[in-house]
Amino acid sequence: MNQTISFFSGFNVNDFWFLGEAALRTLWISALSVTIGTVLGGFFGWMLYEGRLWATLTLAPVLDIFRSVPLIIQLVLFYNFAPIVGLDLDPFGSGTVILTIYTAALVANVARGGIEAVGKPMRRAARSLGMSYWQDMRYVVLPIGGRAVFPAWVGVALGVMKDSALVSVLGYVELLKASQILITRTQEPFLILSIAGAFYFALSFPISRYAAQLEKRWAQ
Amino acid sequence: MIEISGLEKYFGALQVLKGIDLNVQKGEVLSVIGASGSGKSTLLYCINGLEPIQKGSVVVDGTDVHAKGTDINKLRQKLGMVFQQWNSFPHLTALENVALAPRIVKGKSKAEAKEIAEKQLKHVGLEDKLNVFPNALSGGQQQRLAIARALAMEPTYMLFDEATSALDPELVGEVLDTMRLLAEEGMTMICVTHEMGFARDVSDRVAFFHKGVMEEIGPPAQIFGQAESENTRKFLANVR
Amino acid sequence: MFDYNFHWRPVLKSLPDLLEAGLLTLQVAALSMIIGIVIGLALALIRLKLKGPLYWLATGWVELARNTPALFQLFFFGFGLGAFGVHLSPFLIVLAGLSFNCAGYLAENFRGGFQAVPDTQLRAARSLGMTSWQAYTRIIIPQVFKIVYHPVTNQMVWAVLMSSLGMLVGFRELSGETQFFASRTFRIFEYFAVTAIIYYVIVKIILVASRLLAMRLFRY
Ligand SMILES: Nc1ncnc2c1ncn2[C@@H]1O[C@H](COP(=O)(O)OP(=O)(O)OP(=O)(O)O)[C@@H](O)[C@H]1O
Ligand SMILES: [Mg+2]
Repeated sequence: MNQTISFFSGFNVNDFWFLGEAALRTLWISALSVTIGTVLGGFFGWMLYEGRLWATLTLAPVLDIFRSVPLIIQLVLFYNFAPIVGLDLDPFGSGTVILTIYTAALVANVARGGIEAVGKPMRRAARSLGMSYWQDMRYVVLPIGGRAVFPAWVGVALGVMKDSALVSVLGYVELLKASQILITRTQEPFLILSIAGAFYFALSFPISRYAAQLEKRWAQ
Repeated sequence: MIEISGLEKYFGALQVLKGIDLNVQKGEVLSVIGASGSGKSTLLYCINGLEPIQKGSVVVDGTDVHAKGTDINKLRQKLGMVFQQWNSFPHLTALENVALAPRIVKGKSKAEAKEIAEKQLKHVGLEDKLNVFPNALSGGQQQRLAIARALAMEPTYMLFDEATSALDPELVGEVLDTMRLLAEEGMTMICVTHEMGFARDVSDRVAFFHKGVMEEIGPPAQIFGQAESENTRKFLANVR
Repeated sequence: MFDYNFHWRPVLKSLPDLLEAGLLTLQVAALSMIIGIVIGLALALIRLKLKGPLYWLATGWVELARNTPALFQLFFFGFGLGAFGVHLSPFLIVLAGLSFNCAGYLAENFRGGFQAVPDTQLRAARSLGMTSWQAYTRIIIPQVFKIVYHPVTNQMVWAVLMSSLGMLVGFRELSGETQFFASRTFRIFEYFAVTAIIYYVIVKIILVASRLLAMRLFRY
């Protein structure tokens, strides 16, 4: 008994709540960014697919930038850029904006792939049944293309959840930042990192497994 | 000569070959027919040691295929095999497909291997496709490429496992013609086939397999004319 | 609104240092890719061919690498190992973290690559008298190599982007160097903007080089 206490000497129940709260913040900022980013990315993907010249010339290279520059650089850059243009954003706000755009840039590719996956013959068949462009999109492209790229989208979403750890550089106390703070105080790096790692793993692993299973089932 | 005696083969608990006795003489063409799942492919795999066996023996020109000390890679050079799926090597040109094994297995020089490959590709009528990659060849051409690849090892025996089953109907003829040509040249062949016309016209003997047993074997006239076994007659009535 | 004065001169003055740090970024990314490819290949083959403890070890590695944040993995090789008295240099922390991560992701790519080459190719090769080694090196691996070429290129890009985490563990690759200069001069935005451009260029160079190489490597 004594031993247990001495092992946990620096780490108490309050700290556990501290980590739990931070984990909720990780969830919150990820969920928010993934949701808005997916809607935005879906729209971008559709624009890229429709392939109007201006979309290919402007949108594609801009999205490409967000995929070719480290997220951490994007975060620092935007956080320091916002006040220059008179935006008053806290770390959470800046983090959400960048994570959202980052998600959108990744989802745009996924979404375009999804629409392409449906194939011209099937869409022509849908239109020949008298469906309008939007009916075709809603009843043919969305369900079929959506299925084709659902696993890829799950990959993006989980990736953003893990990458949200980087918002800590702006001082936002999400799970990994909270762990770091506790480690400095308690000098229990192994225990605390294990708890944080277990949280990410417990969220990411089952979901990615489930997506892989769905993919297999749908492939048949 | 290929001598098979008391051959038994299991996949786990499933017995696929139930004691096969069969000899194939030099120069003979044997066709093997039978329903799907009767163990025809497995028989070929056991002959060239691609599948281990549980009982009995397969002896090729005096060498026991499944004995411990046998150099199986050396023995396989005697046993050319052509599969149902035309599995040409997609990353190599037609010429390289054929020349690779003579070079790395038999140790031929590059020039020699190239010469052999050109000769065999001509043999199967692909002399104008030397530098083409398999994805630019039709199924029939790829299957002929596979035959040339096997022939380049100068085998004594050729094993064909439903060489035409995966082909579009209009491509079957060219592959069967190539096989016919080999038979006329005196190659010893075991052909698992669903092409009854080929079995009747080309083979010296036809073997009928039924549920892991060699139910009947004899000259085509016997099998297709007055089969002794009820199962043989039933099978042939159904395929026609 | 725009009362911020941009000062680019200090950035330009330290540009040579930044470019040199960019080279270090490229080196650490390339090195961890080489290590990652070797280990990833081993992990993939273990997961395909073996059972028992080795299988579980390999699976554990792959799942941990894929289901926790890269930053978490870096922290683990940093203060996590510190708990056991193992203190790695910042360079080694980044190298170990990136290698661990790349190996996990690449293992899955390789596994998919091996599964995509039909069994019949091995049978055909063996039926010609090739040894198992010859069949793998001459027939199977060249085909796997082509299948995984694109994913491996993408992973190299990820490695470059991930190496930016070095700045959080005190490694002065491109991001770390940038942060060092930025905190000295307080021209944070300017420094990180230039660094973003350098990253973008590095990524583009990798992609173009990979495409040129592919044209020479793959004839079919
Ligand atoms: N690798 C394997 N593992 C387990 N069972 C197998 C394997 N290969 C074949 N079998 C089984 O062995 C039996 C015989 O298969 P085989 O392929 O020899 O039949 P076949 O006569 O060639 O049929 P087909 O005309 O369909 O090619 C079948 O029931 C099959 O399911
Ligand atoms: Mg078969």
